[in-house]
Amino acid sequence: MEENLIKTCLHDRHVSLGALMSPFGGFDMPIQYKGITEEHNAVRQEVGVFDVSHMGEVRVKGPDAYKFVSHIFVNDVTDAPDGQIFYGMMCYENGGTVDDLLVYKVNDEEYFLVINASNIEKDVKWILGNSEGFNVEIADQSPYYGEVAIQGPKAEETMENVLGIPVKDIAFYNFKTFQLDGEEVIVSRTGYTGEDGFEVYGSHAFTQKIWDKLMEAGVQPCGLGCRDTLRFEVGLPLYGDELSADITPIEASLSMFVKLDKPEFIGKEALALQKAEGAKRRIVGLELEGNAIPRHGYPVEVDGIQVGEITTGYRSISTGKSVAMAMINKPFDKLGTKVEVRIRKKTFPATVVKKRFYDKNYKK
Amino acid sequence: MSKILDDLRYADSHEWVKLEGDIATVGITDYAQHALGNIVYVDMPEVGDEVSQGEDFGAVESVKAASDLLSPVSGEVVEINESLEDEPELLNQDAFSNWIMKVKVSDPSEIENLLDAAAYAKVCEE
Repeated sequence: MEENLIKTCLHDRHVSLGALMSPFGGFDMPIQYKGITEEHNAVRQEVGVFDVSHMGEVRVKGPDAYKFVSHIFVNDVTDAPDGQIFYGMMCYENGGTVDDLLVYKVNDEEYFLVINASNIEKDVKWILGNSEGFNVEIADQSPYYGEVAIQGPKAEETMENVLGIPVKDIAFYNFKTFQLDGEEVIVSRTGYTGEDGFEVYGSHAFTQKIWDKLMEAGVQPCGLGCRDTLRFEVGLPLYGDELSADITPIEASLSMFVKLDKPEFIGKEALALQKAEGAKRRIVGLELEGNAIPRHGYPVEVDGIQVGEITTGYRSISTGKSVAMAMINKPFDKLGTKVEVRIRKKTFPATVVKKRFYDKNYKK
Repeated sequence: MSKILDDLRYADSHEWVKLEGDIATVGITDYAQHALGNIVYVDMPEVGDEVSQGEDFGAVESVKAASDLLSPVSGEVVEINESLEDEPELLNQDAFSNWIMKVKVSDPSEIENLLDAAAYAKVCEE
């Protein structure tokens, strides 16, 4: 095993459940317990629980909190009610992506940012580095918080009946804080699976306690393996695949989260220019003919010339089709364009399609 | 504990081979199918392809990843197991009875480069 891997507060639970463990974002994480397919189907059909304690949490507090979050975040949190959550990105001046994240609005003077595990150190440095002149306090609370995600059509009933947390009136992309076991616990109606679900942030002790309750109730533990197949099927990006320092949100086909009518934010000029000129490449969906499976990094070709590459690909567990997200140069990104994917020694015909291979099933 | 059959030879890349006359039957081991998890696709060679010992001749794919298949022998592919095209999960059910390809070997003595069951068992323990 690699040295210096961080263990989440649920690590011993994963090991005793017999999970296949693997490094992810600097953490020793469960990839699967029973099998990716079974866990994937549990989330699509009933409910599953993920340890996502590796995610980072940063609290921004102070009189300038609204102004500062608006400065570093491409989405627009203006006039939002307290308790609302926004998805979006932090970008570099050149439009490349620092990270994609969730911003929880506690109130105008306090926001809670949830960032990717692999980017915690970089993000915290970036956030601090851009905070000069703003009257804010920035706290990296990642070491304090454990987090579990309860996902699937039966997530609400599991939250209510197994954990006794009243969540019925939490709307999609909203959160509430509860006083439970003498501590403040954050519960949001969010997730990364395309299903209804909740994410719960609390201390390590609290996180262990609710995990154990969920296990006793027979809820399927789910690893990062099916977290990836689930998010992929509904076209959600993963930083490192569809987003990176070299990929802008516009190239990632995520412009709907970039609010160019905002007065100011880091990267605005570059992104506005790219939007106006049209990106030279963008993330699209591909559907392959046949059974071969496209994987990250495989070349996409037209007439033997490379026009892009696969960012994520799978045999979709829910539909059985070989599908992928791919970064494709213009003009081959148009829906219906015929391309070929090079898989080892052969090429396979594929068609550009929408990057949503399975319909989301949110409760809005 | 993975199953290992005594009468086969093995590559340390987890393929098995059974040589009968000059025809070698090739598959993946029980250890390999177990390590891969749910197998969803087998990328097989075509009849008539030339394969070489230690070189890749296809791939086995689980949900998560592709894993190259390395040929334990050299020669010409004379038959492939077509049932794996529609039912790759047969490899999970019984990796030893569901072979992948049959090769007419060009040099039967190459088999001596491969591991016997006892030596392969040690590879799996590592």
